[in-house]
Amino acid sequence: MLTIGNYVKAKTLEEAYELNQARNSRVMGGMMWMRLGNAKVKTVIDLSGLGLDKIEESDNVIKIGAMCTLRQIEESEALRNLYGDGFAEAVRHIVGVQFRNQATVGGSIYGRFGFSDVLTAFLALDTFVELYDGGTIHLSEFVKRKPDKDILLSIIVRKSKRKFRYESIRQTKTDFPVIACAVVTGIVHGQETWFFSVGARPMKAELVDKAWEIPRDASEEMIAEYARKAASEFTYGTNMRGSAQYRRHLAEVLIRREISSILAEER
Amino acid sequence: MEIQFILNKKQVTAEVGADTVLLGLLRDLGCKSVKCGCETTNCGLCTVWIDGKSRLSCSVLAAAVDGHEVTTMEGVKEEAEEFGAFLAAEGAEQCGFCSPGFIMNVLAMFRELEDPDIEEIKEYLAGNLCRCTGYMGQLRAIKKYMEKRKSPVIKVREVRG
Repeated sequence: MLTIGNYVKAKTLEEAYELNQARNSRVMGGMMWMRLGNAKVKTVIDLSGLGLDKIEESDNVIKIGAMCTLRQIEESEALRNLYGDGFAEAVRHIVGVQFRNQATVGGSIYGRFGFSDVLTAFLALDTFVELYDGGTIHLSEFVKRKPDKDILLSIIVRKSKRKFRYESIRQTKTDFPVIACAVVTGIVHGQETWFFSVGARPMKAELVDKAWEIPRDASEEMIAEYARKAASEFTYGTNMRGSAQYRRHLAEVLIRREISSILAEER
Repeated sequence: MEIQFILNKKQVTAEVGADTVLLGLLRDLGCKSVKCGCETTNCGLCTVWIDGKSRLSCSVLAAAVDGHEVTTMEGVKEEAEEFGAFLAAEGAEQCGFCSPGFIMNVLAMFRELEDPDIEEIKEYLAGNLCRCTGYMGQLRAIKKYMEKRKSPVIKVREVRG
């Protein structure tokens, strides 16, 4: 079980960062996952008083504070206007409304969990993380790093005209995903580019991009071939929810559906 | 540490440890409707409202509700009884252990959604598990409760009768 020596609601980011440098300190997000672990935490640091719970849209970016809940993502007009129902689809299967009113985006991204729908979704877009000490770095770089003592302040999505689709497979509603796939496409430096993010393989999400120009009237066979190629770029593992082979098959199917859906919209 | 918060519209002061969980504190303060069913942050039995939003009290540190407003089923007694009568009339419950958390989330749903359809209801309540039933009685109860809320005429007749 989890034991905590001191609870501190940080008054400034400096204070939170300083407290977090101690070996036995932990920053709390929604406490959904942390409380299930075995840990003796000397100081738990609560960031909820630092204004990190807002989704702010400017001309170029959508900035999501680390303490925003998954429910805020689900209901965000800014994300919906740019990327349709993709983000709502990515989070709405996560346990229940009560859970999503509490689980934080920062907790999901910082944890870099294999099962994370949130990580899978944001990784497919042009997303950055803002760290207290480490500056602003691309999410694809952040996912490869090991957890350290820095503090995640916000998730920043650079706005662009990209199409976004998200699908996952669950054995039963509200469970962890067996596989989660996000597909994004848009023009990057004048070149049509497709981004594929596949999570819950069961390893954490990875990103693959392809400079593919898929004809808008591509046949289902052609799309299936693209999906097969994309899905084959990832490695898959076996656990109690499914075998590697099954996951690879599911990834192919979901990616095919997502490509089809995007092409159909643009036709 | 000492915390102060509003519990069911009353100001409360409590002495809590750094790792005291809200669920335990609420039960100690007499709100026995709040129950722990799963220990894995999944089942929804411990649902309470914090600042009006449904949350899982098993995963909230008591220290973190300092300065906030907490509502348990004890704080919405009349409404809970009204909806509870519909649950009972449909024979929706068997053991009833999950009902308080379920009722809290149903009432939260009606504060958030105007006239939810069946899919919206199922999605909103997906985080409330019942291990006795197949949820059909609960859904019937919700539909009938919604019908009653929509038709004030029936309400008047019932009161007179």
